[in-house]
Amino acid sequence: MSNQCKCNCGGKSNAFTQLDEILSKYQNTKGALIPVLQEAQSAYGYLAREVVDYIAEKMNIPVSQIYGVVTFYSQFHLNPRGKNIIRVCQGTACHVRGAKAILKAVEDNLKIAAGETTSDLNFTLETVACLGACGLAPVMMVNDDTHGRLTPEGITEILDKYR
Amino acid sequence: MEMVNMIIDGGKFKVPKNFTILEATRIAGVKVPTLCNHPELRPEGNCRVCVVEVKGARSLVASCVYPVSEGMVVNTNSPAIREARRMVVELLLANHPQDCLSCQRNLHCELQTIAAEVGVRQVRFDGEKKNYPLDNSNPSLVRDQNKCIVCGRCIRACSERQGVHVYSFANRGFNTTVVPAFNQGLDKVSCTYCGQCASVCPTGAIVIKDDTAPVWQALANPAKHVVVQTAPAVRVALGEALGMPPGSVVTGKMVAALKRLGFSKVFDTNFSADLTIMEEGAEFLDRLKNGGTLPMITSCSPGWVNFAELFYPDLLDHLSTAKSPQQMFGALVKTYYAEQAKLDPANVISVSIMPCTAKKAEAIRTEMCASGYRDVDYVLTTTELAKMIQEAGIDFHFLAEENYDDPMGIATGAGVIFGASGGVMEAALRTVSELITGEELECIDFKDVRGLKGVKEATLDIGGTEVRVAVVHTLLNARKIMDKIRAGEANYHFIEIMACPGGCIGGGGQPISMTNDFRQKRIDGIYECDTKSTIRKSHLNPAIKELYTSWLGEPLGEKSHKLLHTHYHQQYRD
Repeated sequence: MSNQCKCNCGGKSNAFTQLDEILSKYQNTKGALIPVLQEAQSAYGYLAREVVDYIAEKMNIPVSQIYGVVTFYSQFHLNPRGKNIIRVCQGTACHVRGAKAILKAVEDNLKIAAGETTSDLNFTLETVACLGACGLAPVMMVNDDTHGRLTPEGITEILDKYR
Repeated sequence: MEMVNMIIDGGKFKVPKNFTILEATRIAGVKVPTLCNHPELRPEGNCRVCVVEVKGARSLVASCVYPVSEGMVVNTNSPAIREARRMVVELLLANHPQDCLSCQRNLHCELQTIAAEVGVRQVRFDGEKKNYPLDNSNPSLVRDQNKCIVCGRCIRACSERQGVHVYSFANRGFNTTVVPAFNQGLDKVSCTYCGQCASVCPTGAIVIKDDTAPVWQALANPAKHVVVQTAPAVRVALGEALGMPPGSVVTGKMVAALKRLGFSKVFDTNFSADLTIMEEGAEFLDRLKNGGTLPMITSCSPGWVNFAELFYPDLLDHLSTAKSPQQMFGALVKTYYAEQAKLDPANVISVSIMPCTAKKAEAIRTEMCASGYRDVDYVLTTTELAKMIQEAGIDFHFLAEENYDDPMGIATGAGVIFGASGGVMEAALRTVSELITGEELECIDFKDVRGLKGVKEATLDIGGTEVRVAVVHTLLNARKIMDKIRAGEANYHFIEIMACPGGCIGGGGQPISMTNDFRQKRIDGIYECDTKSTIRKSHLNPAIKELYTSWLGEPLGEKSHKLLHTHYHQQYRD
């Protein structure tokens, strides 16, 4: 409900200077919610609760509706993202070649579930429906690097390169 | 109105051009099954149960969102249609918890009804089940997303009817849910607890919090003196919940049933509604004469009070400090009544029967302990009382009528009309007019403020003083008028606001009715009670006069201030 600043600044500083600039750019544009969210996310890395509340207030859109939009599109993130983004393919080809076991190996290694981020913010783990590299199945990407013909045993070695 | 010609199931019909196919089929006497569609909410076409064939269309169409056109040929009944409808319902059931027998909405569930109507005899799919935690976070409503069929009616009721926008669809595909922002409990978002979402939910996904267990327990405890008050709007809806036609007035049967259930005394909230008029009327006159904050706004509807505290904290001075009738009653039960009846207030349990889910939250507000005890211990809704009556095996139809107990069962017609939009205003005007002029009011029916119109206005000449009043119901209309006040554009003296459509008679705790005109029938019942009353002005209630003379002193006096008035504060929910 309240959009008061939640840090300890006592409301003196405006943490949303960047956001204000984004909002003012779109203030006369109808249907600008998605571009505002995209730019806010690229400015802050993710869409923090405070950011969503602030956008809701300034754009006069119910916060429940913005939450609906943010959770509908996979491009938006409500939690901080890791330095390294792991995307484990769960497509048909990977599935028949053991993608579930690969995902489990990564989850066990990072001690997080798919969709989560490690507490040190080093890794975010996601699943994708197909990476278009079916010949290499099972496959995953870490940032822009493609790793194919994976085995559960080989996962630790790959992840260690990013630690 | 421009009409179009169409053929429905072989018959020729003329229907208004702006109709949907679904509306047209109603004219044709066809009952196309619907689930996500609600007669009072914008159609969305989410569930596809209402599919029909349109000649020339490539596939079946959702009749609730498909507009009619000239020459359209519609078929509502074919093997393909029946199979499609059955399939839709079967798929909904595939991941629905099949616990109907122990569900609160058992026998009152639209999904259950539709499964029977479309002829589901087996569920061929054993789908993945949802496993969401229960939202039990608040005193009024319980949300079980596992029972949600994602029809979106609650979203529409909360936004279109109430303008509060608590709910939205979230996520995608199988994971789609209907949740408040950030998937929080209702206690953490700007929910007013009005319960309109529960009253449009077709399944048990949003239900009224059931508080009957502690009441049964109190009734079974011989050491407790259990007193009950019944709100005005309950008497015109309880019968409906027990199989009688909408609007049936069942005051006497209800009193009899409550006595059978074991309540020691059965009192009437109408009594404290009369008292509210004495206090609120005096407050209004005081504000008018002494330059107080105007317009003064009524504060009987706790959904509305929550709304004001959440969205208009800067305008709380406009709210009457008079407590709602429920809370005035509660404050008196454990003081005045306990003294009169020579009871230890510690052994008195105060129960109220309300048409309202927000009343449950009102009763547990920290400040509602004016008597030194919890003023109202338990709040049950009309539907919970109906359930108790059924559970006790009381045959409501055969009950002989009984009368309320004295002294807090004595009330006037002005008290009973609190149950309908415009009633508080009318009751106040009946008393305030006589207090201003000192003369007896001849015509006491203020018909301009009655009825289901969203915003009602009237200008009255009371003894040479012009008094401008407005009456609004639903929170969407409340928002409109509050924005006007905030902008300095509302030149009213007195405004009545009730959160629910039609006032308390349309409350979230009332039986769910899909009859289009059920609210009007309940309203008619309320005014029938008023006209049949021998006394129809609050200040002429002999029990109220006696209360002031022997115990309370003057309206707005010291004792009143302590027991009958309250204050409001901004609510922070997260």
